[in-house]
Order: sequence, then structure tokens, then C-alpha cells
Amino acid sequence: MSEFIEIKDVNRIYRDAFGGSTYALKDINLSIARGEFITFVGPSGCGKTTLLRLLAGLDKPQSGILKINGVQITEPSFKRGYIFQQPTLFPWDTVYENVAIGLKARKVYQEKKHSIKNYIDMIGLDGFENSYPHEISGGMAQRVAIIRALINEPEVLLLDEPLGALDAFKRIELQNLLLKIWRQTGTTMAMVTHDVDEAIYLSNRIVIMTPRPGQIVDVVKVEILGQRNRNNDDFIALRKKILKKLHLVISDEELPEYVI
Amino acid sequence: MDISAQGNVIKKKRKWFDKPQVAEDSHYWKPKSEVWVWLAAAAYGLALLLNIIIPSQEVLDPHGYRVLLAAFIVLFVGVYLIALKRLQLRKKLYHKAQFIFALGLALAAWDLLTDKFEILPLPFFPSISEIIRVTIDDRALLLKSMLFSLRLFFVGSIVGAALGLVTGVLIGWWRQWDYWLAPIIRISGIIPAVAWLPIALVIFPTSFTTGVFLIVISSWFPVSSMMAGGIISTPKSYFEVAKTLGANEKFLLFRIAIPNAVPAMFTGITLAAAFSFTTLIVSEMVGAEAGLGFYINWAKGWGVYSKVYAAIIIIAIEFALILAVVGAIRNYFLRWQRGILK
Repeated sequence: MSEFIEIKDVNRIYRDAFGGSTYALKDINLSIARGEFITFVGPSGCGKTTLLRLLAGLDKPQSGILKINGVQITEPSFKRGYIFQQPTLFPWDTVYENVAIGLKARKVYQEKKHSIKNYIDMIGLDGFENSYPHEISGGMAQRVAIIRALINEPEVLLLDEPLGALDAFKRIELQNLLLKIWRQTGTTMAMVTHDVDEAIYLSNRIVIMTPRPGQIVDVVKVEILGQRNRNNDDFIALRKKILKKLHLVISDEELPEYVI
Repeated sequence: MDISAQGNVIKKKRKWFDKPQVAEDSHYWKPKSEVWVWLAAAAYGLALLLNIIIPSQEVLDPHGYRVLLAAFIVLFVGVYLIALKRLQLRKKLYHKAQFIFALGLALAAWDLLTDKFEILPLPFFPSISEIIRVTIDDRALLLKSMLFSLRLFFVGSIVGAALGLVTGVLIGWWRQWDYWLAPIIRISGIIPAVAWLPIALVIFPTSFTTGVFLIVISSWFPVSSMMAGGIISTPKSYFEVAKTLGANEKFLLFRIAIPNAVPAMFTGITLAAAFSFTTLIVSEMVGAEAGLGFYINWAKGWGVYSKVYAAIIIIAIEFALILAVVGAIRNYFLRWQRGILK
């Protein structure tokens, strides 16, 4: 039986105006199981966002195949929700209208509009339904962006550094929200981050990538017993292990970025 | 006195020469002194007084002008009394007071220069009393001209704006339309609409349809180009988000690109209104048998310049009202922008 998501021999090359070319992704092979929470870490330019965009169908590889449920990914679909680093809410729509967009685009608004309120309640934004995006905070806006994708009940949620623009307190709050959503809905999560702690805290597996060319150097399983406390011994040991891996693959002066 | 309670403000009795208790404001930045409010009211009183005590050179009826000045003083004092209770209105009143004062002096000066001492040559510079008198005398014809112009304006600019919206969307969204239509619209935008007047007068059966045609071409270009620009400037990320939410092309156009273009569209409509109004008056002055432009030309023919001024003032008021209506519609559609912009 084939895996839920399969990435096979994928290459994505960017060509510049002078005939040069950069491997954003080189020979990527990975499979993701249904219900998994997988994170991609690595320095900028390692192709982690490119990989996520390929999974969403927002970009196409030069060679190789990406499949979900055995079907090749060729274009964007509501079945693969995508969360950007910026909330990218539509400024002319209220919070409610923004969440409703997916249902309206799929023409299922009338049957499913009752669920909008549940989702808004879940992120604690009841009472803000009629607010416009500029009237709410960045953390609130990102929560709206998350449920805007969730309302379509996607098979997988692709998260491109969704918490990168938030402060430390909001980050932890939203990490817990993501965990709650993952446990409640069982949605497969694939998330790009540059925060090793965040990756350990949230995911089952961590994919470590390096730039020039963008490659996967290792996939680390997160096996922590009990609650994922950031000061838990297993947690600290795993953090050390990953940082060591990153240390092996990046030069010393780039390292401090990853010591959190 | 208890000053320990939080939020307790010690009130000092204000003397008449104290500066007004109005904080600096970026919008109403000229709240120099309350004195200007009184000076402004006094300026209109002066204008009224001069009009009454200095004998007029021409035999005319100054009552309309005097009633207007008196009404203005009453209105001004009324606003002042209301403003005592409302901070925002007070700020605005203090900000405008100097200008209102200067306007009052200007009215008085104009009265002296024209009717009272006849320093400016008649009939080209009539007194305000005279302008008001002919406005009242000729109200039936002026009203008819005004309504005629308004009808022409609305028919022409609604057709032009609708055409502009459609072509703007086509040009902004499909590159084939852009390829074929954009150059034509660009050229039609360069040529002033009134340049077509001699040809339009021959082609179209009535002066009304001629006017409509000219107004359509003058409003088509700004609406179309602004709409197309608004659609083209939609951030790519909006489309990407919408696509991952299940949007098809129709949805991307109507729910993402067009809403994004609405602010630019209203800029286009405001520009179109200004262009159309100019075209309207010019085309009426040349070819029409009715309307404010026609009225100006007709009054000039008889040498009644006070009527020309009357028509000009009505044009100004009419256009200000049109802009206010467009602004109100714009504010309704762009209510989501409240708080983003200044």
C-alpha cells in the first residue's frame, strides 16, 4: 500500500537571467503518513518553503512526482490548506466573511455555514465576527487564517512559518492551538519553521534540510514520553541532537541562529 | 478641595482672553484663538452694516443679500452655541474661523468695490446683491437649466462609468482584451472629449445625445484605466490563498480582484465626474438649447453678467453636491478601510 503523501526524486531548479541555475530542491524523497505532524527545519534557502509550495500545487517541479492518496499533485486544491507566514486575510471582508470564503468558493456555504461559528468560538474570537482584519491583532489574524483553511476540512494543512511573525507569547499560545486542532481533527500537518524547539514541541518527525542545493540531510523521529515540556530531559536531549545535526551541516557562524 | 480622587479634574474659571481649551490636532491645526470666531461673526455684521448705511449707486433690491448675511450670522452663532458642547465641532469651527472671517471681509470689500462706489466696471462685475436678485428673479429658468444639466450629467456619466467598469475589468483580467482595447482607451484619454464636438454635433441627432456621447467618452477613460490598474495590482498572495481555499477563476475575479480594485475604481469615478462636468458645461455652451452652459452663453448674449455669475455659483454648488454624493457612496463601499487610512 502506498503512503498518504509521496515525494519522489523531486527537483526544482530556478534559472536566472544570465543562464545560471540554482537547485532549490535536489533529489527530494520523502513520504508522510496520514495524521502525522511533520516539520521542516533548515537555514534560509534550503528549499523548505519551495517543497511546501510544491505540495500545495502552487509551484511545479522540473522533474519528479508528488502524490497524495496516489494521485499526482498538479494544481492547488481546498483539500490541501495552506497557511502563509502573513495571515493574508482579505481586508474588504469581515472575520466572518474571511472564514466563509472557502465554503463560498466551493458553493457549499448554505449547507455548512453553521460550522463557521464553531470554528470562530474554537479560536476564541466570538464577538469579532464583524470586525475587519485591520481591527484585530496579528495573532488573532493568524488564528483566523488557520480556521479559514480548516473550514474546508483539508486532508493536510501546509503551514509555512505561520508563527514566524508573532512575539514569543503569541507563539506559544498558537503552538498550543495547533496541537489542539491536530488532536481534535486528526488533520495531517506539514509545517516549515526555523525554530527547533517549536519543531520538537509540535511534531512527530523533523526533516532537516540544507541549502545550495536544497536537500534533506536527515529525518529525526520525535519520541518523547508524556507531556512535551520544554524542560523535559528527553526534549533537551533531542534538541541537542538536532542542533548537533545542524551543526554538522552548517558552518559555525551560522549556528547561533538555531540556538534558542 | 479633594484632589486625591483619581480622574478628578480641577476646573478653573475661564477668562474671556484665555486661549481656548482645545488640544493640538493634526487635522484641525489652526485653533489659534476663540477671538477669531467672534471676529468672523463681526465681519458679516460689518458687511451687513456697510450695505445698509452706504447708499447704493444702482437702483436695485438689496434685501436678498441682507437676508443672506443675517442668516449667515444666525447660523454661525448657532453653530458656535452647539460647538460649546461638542469638542469635535468646536475644533472644526476654530480651525475654519479665520477663513470665514476673511470671506466676510471679502464680501464687504466686493460690495464697496461694486455697488457702493462702482470702482469695478459694470456690467462685468456686478454686486452680490444684484447676483442674488437675478437668481431669485430668474429662478424658474435657472432651475430648469440645472435639472437639464443634471440629467445630461447622470445619463452620460452612468453610461460612461458602466462602460469603463466593464472594459477596465476586461483589460485588467484578460491579456487579449488588454492587447486590443488598452491602446484605444489610452488614445481616447489623450484627446479632450470636447475636441469631438464638431463631429459629434453632425453625427448625433439631438444636442442631448451629443452631450451624452461627449460625457461618456470623458468618463470612460479614467474609470477604465483605474479599474484595470486596481485589478492588475492585486497581490499574488491573495490569489494563492484563494486557490488553496478552492476558488475557481470566476471566484478569483469577482471575489478577489474586483474588491481589490474598488478603491482605485472610486478614484477613477471621482476623476470622471470632474472631467464630465467640464465637458458638460463646454458642450452646452456650444451646441445645446438648454442647460447651465447654455444659460451662461445666453446671458452673455444679452450682456447680463450677473446671470453668468449666478449660473457659475450654481455650477459650483451642483458639482460640490455631486462630489459629496460620490464621496458618500465611496465611504459606504470602502467602510472596511476606515482606520487604515488617515
